[in-house]
Amino acid sequence: MGLSNVLKLHFDIPANDFVSAGEASSSVKKTLSQLGIAPQVIKKSAIAMYEAEINAVIHANGGTADIEIDQDKVIIKIQDEGPGIPDLDLAMQEGFSTAPDTVRQMGFGAGMGLPNMKRYADELKINTEVGRGTTVIIRVNFA
Amino acid sequence: MGTYFHSVNLDEEKCRGCTNCIKRCPTEAIRVRKSKARIINERCIDCGECIRVCPYHAKKAISDPFDIVNTFKYKVVIPAPSLYGQFKAVYSRNHILTALKIIGFDEVYEVAKAAEIVSSATRKLMKKSDVKKPLISSACPAVVKLIQVRYPSLIENIVKLESPMEVAAKVAKMEIAESKNIAPEDIGVFFITPCAAKVTSVKARYENGSSFVDGVISIKDVYLKILSSLGKVRNIEDLEQAGFEGIRWANSGGESLALETEKFLAVDGIHNVITILEEVENDRLEDVEFIEALSCVGGCLGGPLTVENVYVAKTRLKKHLDAAKAKGSDVHEDEKEYSGDFALTGNVECKPVMKLDIDLAKAMKKLETLELINKELPGLDCGACGAPSCRALAEDIVRGNANETDCIFKLREKVRQLAVQMMELEAKMPPVLDKGIG
Repeated sequence: MGLSNVLKLHFDIPANDFVSAGEASSSVKKTLSQLGIAPQVIKKSAIAMYEAEINAVIHANGGTADIEIDQDKVIIKIQDEGPGIPDLDLAMQEGFSTAPDTVRQMGFGAGMGLPNMKRYADELKINTEVGRGTTVIIRVNFA
Repeated sequence: MGTYFHSVNLDEEKCRGCTNCIKRCPTEAIRVRKSKARIINERCIDCGECIRVCPYHAKKAISDPFDIVNTFKYKVVIPAPSLYGQFKAVYSRNHILTALKIIGFDEVYEVAKAAEIVSSATRKLMKKSDVKKPLISSACPAVVKLIQVRYPSLIENIVKLESPMEVAAKVAKMEIAESKNIAPEDIGVFFITPCAAKVTSVKARYENGSSFVDGVISIKDVYLKILSSLGKVRNIEDLEQAGFEGIRWANSGGESLALETEKFLAVDGIHNVITILEEVENDRLEDVEFIEALSCVGGCLGGPLTVENVYVAKTRLKKHLDAAKAKGSDVHEDEKEYSGDFALTGNVECKPVMKLDIDLAKAMKKLETLELINKELPGLDCGACGAPSCRALAEDIVRGNANETDCIFKLREKVRQLAVQMMELEAKMPPVLDKGIG
C-alpha cells in the first residue's frame, strides 16, 4: 500500500512500570506537534491518553496503545487484558478509585482517570468485561 | 528566518565540530555541518547550555561592550541581584553599588528593587480568579521561549508581567527624568546581566514589545572593572534600596518565597524545567499554583555569563541576604504605589518550529517516512552525522536537510554492498577477454 492517509502508531504499555509510564502519550504528543496540530488539541489528546495509559499500568498489567491519525482527528485505542471494570458508572465518578495504597502514595489513583478522559475526549468509548479486560477508545477532533 | 536575533553565537575559528553541544541542546537546535556547529535560529532559546558545555569555548554570547555607556549623557546602571554573589563577602552591597558609580555610572537602580515590585504585582495576580493556574513565571526569558517553541499550550499560564529588569529600567528612567529634569532620550539604562537570554530579550523583544533597556553588559565583561574599583571606594554611599526579598530572586526559589503561598514549585536547570513542563501539560501537578522555572542550575547565580561558581556565589549571596534582613527592610512597602503599570508589552506567540509541513496531509506523509527511516537507523544516537539523535537525523532527511548516508553506519553498509557487487562483477569477465589468472 505504501503511504496512506492514515498514520498509525503502536506502543506496548509495560506492566507496573511507573518510571516509563506515560512514554507512549508523550511520544504521541511529539508526533502531533510535528504535524502542526493546534496546541490545545494536543493537550487534550495527551491528557486523555496519559490517563488511559496509566490505568492500564496500575490496574491491568499493561497493554497496548494503537493510534490512528487522519486529517480531522486522532483515535487512541488502549487495550488491556486486565480484570475489567465491574461498575462503569461508579468508576466514572470523580474521586472513585480502586488503586491500592502503594499506588496512591506515588501520587496516582486519585480517582480522576476516567473523569479526565471524559473531560478531554470528544468521544469516549469503553468496552469492559470482568475477567477479560478493557478497551478504551478516545477520539479527539482537530477542529 | 533572518529576523531572529540571538545572543548565543558561534566562534567559527574555535569550533572543532565535536558533538558536545548538539547533544546537550534542549531544543535540538544545533547541527554540525562542515566541521562547524550551526545554530538553527528559529529553535534556539538562548539558554546558554552550549556555552557551558563547549570544551573549546567556541560558543559565545553577544552582549554590549562597556563603551556603549558613553553614547548617553546620563548613565544609569541596573545590576542583576546575581552580581552581588560575584565578589568576596567582605564587600557590602553598598560597597559594590558605590564601585559601580566609580566605573562610570551616574546612578544605580537595583533590579532587586524592581523584583519586589514584580512580586507585589504577582501576589495580586494570584488572587484573581480568572487566571490560568498554575501560573508560570516570566522572569527567565529562556523558559518563556522554551514554552513558545515546545509547550505552546502553556502560553496562557505565563505571568503576563514585565521582568524585574524591564520594570527597573522603566521606573529608573521615569523617576530620573522627573526628579533630575532630564529628557528621557538622554538617559541610558544599562543592565548588568548574568546570561545571554536577557540580552536577547532586550534586542529581540516578544512580538511587538519594546524595551526600556538601552544596553546589556555581561557580568564577566565588567567584572574586572568593578573588582579594581572596589579598592578605590573612599566613601561608601547609601545606595541600597532593595530588601532581602528582592535580592533573593538571584537564587532558585527566591521569587516563589515572596509570594506568600506554599503552593509553589521552583525548578532550575533547563532539562529539569522540561520535565516539569511535561507534568504541567499532562495535568499532573496537584496543589501547585505557581511555578518558578529558571533555565540555569542554581537560578540566575548559575548564569553562563557569571564569573563565580554558582555554589560559592550562593554562599556569598546569603551574607547579603542576612545583612538585608538585619537592616529590617520593610517587606511590602510598594504595594499601592506601583499597581498595574507592568503588564507585559507585546504578545507571547506560539512558535511551532517542530512542525514538518504547513499542510497536514504532507506533514503526515513526512512523518510516516520519518518513522520508516528512523527504524532503519542504528539507534546509537552517536551524533557523528551532525544531528543529536538518530530520530533527529531522520527528521532532517525528511525536511530535505540531510541524507541517509550521513549516518556512518549506513554509509559503511552501502560501501560494503558496493564492494560485494564489484567482486561479483569482477568474476564476470567477458569470455573473449578472459585470460584467466595464473
